[in-house]
Amino acid sequence: MLAAHVGGRRVITSADQAAQASGIRPGLPLAQAQARFPDLLVEDADPVEDAAALERLALWALRYSPVVAMDPPAGVLIDISGAAHLMGGELALLDDLIQRLGRSGIRARASAADTIGAAHAMARWAVGPMVAGRGATMAAIGPLPIAALRLDLDTVDRLRALGFETIADLEATPRAPLALRFGSLPGRRLDQALGRLNEALDPIRPPELIETRRAFVEPIGAAETIARYIGLLVEPLCVRLEEQGLGALSLDLTFHRVDNQVQAVRVGLAQPARDPKRLARLLRDQIEKVVPGFGIELMVLAASLTGPLGMRQVGTLSEVPAVDLSGLVDTLANRIGADRIYRRALVESELPERSVGRVPALAPATGTSWLAGWPRPTRLLAPPERVDTLALLPDLPPVSFTWRSVRRKVMRADGPERLFGEWHRRDAEMASVRDYFVVEDEAGERFWLFRAGDGEDPAAGNLNWYLHGIFA
Amino acid sequence: MATVSAHVLEDLRVRVARIEQGDRSQRGTIPFGVPAIDRHLPGGGLALGSLHEVAGGGLGAVHGAAATLFAAGILARLSGSVLWCLKDRDLFAPALAGAGLHPDRVIYAEGSDEKMVLACLEEGLRHPGLAGVIGEVSNLTMTASRRLHLAAETSGVLGLVVRRWRTAAAAVDFGQPTAAVTRWRVSALPSSPLPVPGVGRPRWMVELIRARAGQSAEWELESCNEQGRLALPAVLADRSVQAAEGGRRAAG
Repeated sequence: MLAAHVGGRRVITSADQAAQASGIRPGLPLAQAQARFPDLLVEDADPVEDAAALERLALWALRYSPVVAMDPPAGVLIDISGAAHLMGGELALLDDLIQRLGRSGIRARASAADTIGAAHAMARWAVGPMVAGRGATMAAIGPLPIAALRLDLDTVDRLRALGFETIADLEATPRAPLALRFGSLPGRRLDQALGRLNEALDPIRPPELIETRRAFVEPIGAAETIARYIGLLVEPLCVRLEEQGLGALSLDLTFHRVDNQVQAVRVGLAQPARDPKRLARLLRDQIEKVVPGFGIELMVLAASLTGPLGMRQVGTLSEVPAVDLSGLVDTLANRIGADRIYRRALVESELPERSVGRVPALAPATGTSWLAGWPRPTRLLAPPERVDTLALLPDLPPVSFTWRSVRRKVMRADGPERLFGEWHRRDAEMASVRDYFVVEDEAGERFWLFRAGDGEDPAAGNLNWYLHGIFA
Repeated sequence: MATVSAHVLEDLRVRVARIEQGDRSQRGTIPFGVPAIDRHLPGGGLALGSLHEVAGGGLGAVHGAAATLFAAGILARLSGSVLWCLKDRDLFAPALAGAGLHPDRVIYAEGSDEKMVLACLEEGLRHPGLAGVIGEVSNLTMTASRRLHLAAETSGVLGLVVRRWRTAAAAVDFGQPTAAVTRWRVSALPSSPLPVPGVGRPRWMVELIRARAGQSAEWELESCNEQGRLALPAVLADRSVQAAEGGRRAAG
């Protein structure tokens, strides 16, 4: 628990979970708290160090989006519009954020919403990470308590004394009497949270960033104009990258609109690059995500992540140039998401569904492949589908089976190929066994069936039959 | 007189062919290595730098297993990286490796919808560094296929589209014309008979439904081996070698 001097008396500034559970909350005078719980552990608050730590956190959060602002005392706002796709969507981004912070010992809460106010409220008061889609803001923050509205404690207490519990209550009340009693702040916070009133972020910027900017006398808005200026911004950036022997790994292009809104797009690259044409192409692919509104007055292009890229002589006569796929991979990654472009690689595993892993598209060649000689289907159903079978003996392949309500007679079959569960992964798989059969029906369609269990030990499986794959 | 006219005709044919090609240079072909098929295709194989379509027959129209492996076999015989654009996640990579397409050679691009898959296909086809680009889609309009074909022509990359539909009935769509240079249908047939009980080397009915400047035809073939090569089934009389090969595989 932390305490600090506020106007002559010692007041609690923050309390841990245990303390909050027993009714101690920030804003309470320290003397009162200590009267109730004499053995409280109290430390002096260090606002300067807190602010510095928050700034470090905000700088770290730049990995997610180029537009990050501090939200004192303990929050960070990240504008993820135009950047969430790189992490596989908004919810995936939140999960990743919470997990990474958790690994470094920070218990974080996060949510995503259309407005700063709503995101602030949901991150602190909603249960678990939450994403409020477009137009769903009111539904998401309506049930939250009014304390979520960034009001001071005193106002919250007085509002609650009047019977306002949730944000929805406050929204349903006429504005004028409210303003008379509490000033314009509650109404303004409500409007900001619901997007009726604009609110601008004050983004932080990391030091020593390689960036180029261009301000416009006349605000621009047409896609072609933006595309042209992207070209004009990229070239000086590439010159500066070359001076420092660097290549860009991630580029942030921020658009400052005349109405004080900041929009940003981010593109990632698999390998450092500083070819102006290629970088401009990647950025231009993102133009459709920018809403110019009344116009853009400033464009800032920054290489937020760089990597060393030496000089390379091109066009020597003797050497055959290696095929460079990084341009293609980058273009696709920025269009469909970096996690959707990959290579498959062998994973040592007994079970077919676990034997295939993913590696980055441009990772060095693994040189390994799956064991040749074992029949493996072209299509693998996930999860395996239950089939009804007619089998004469437990050890023989079925005589016929019914899959998706079509009965197929088994004309030929091969097997069994016995695969064992991976006891080192889960206890439940200790004894489990699958017997795989390749079967062929009258039409020549070939299927991969398995029976769970070996027919002797009940722990090995329940003797049900499943269809796991389809052969060519 | 007759000889002169033959000479003139030959000259005219070459000139017409040159005009038809425009300024594009001849990209070459990839032969199947099965003379019966290669004889049938203009240029002695599947033309590089153009678009080809493959679909499955019967239930194969839905899962496209045979069509996919047929296409994988073609790509396996090229050298270089392959871009595989898909939407569904049921493709099992070990099967591709079994047809000779090493996992290190295949880059997968997973589109969220068909439009995205087509966009990825086109992007890949514009990239001259790839050996081939393959995509799995159900709908392929004339416009979309023409875009893909033009992209393939500019880069010289082999473009393959595996058509898959939700239901077998939806496969009537395969009758609609597209800009693909050849169009194939690959259906599963009962496997090659073995002297012992078991499943032999899979057989396919490979139908060339459409070929630009060529004739349609059909063959009964044995499926891709570990190098992605198809084979004509040995006639019953002298199939001992192949049967032995198939038997070993079946016993494993």
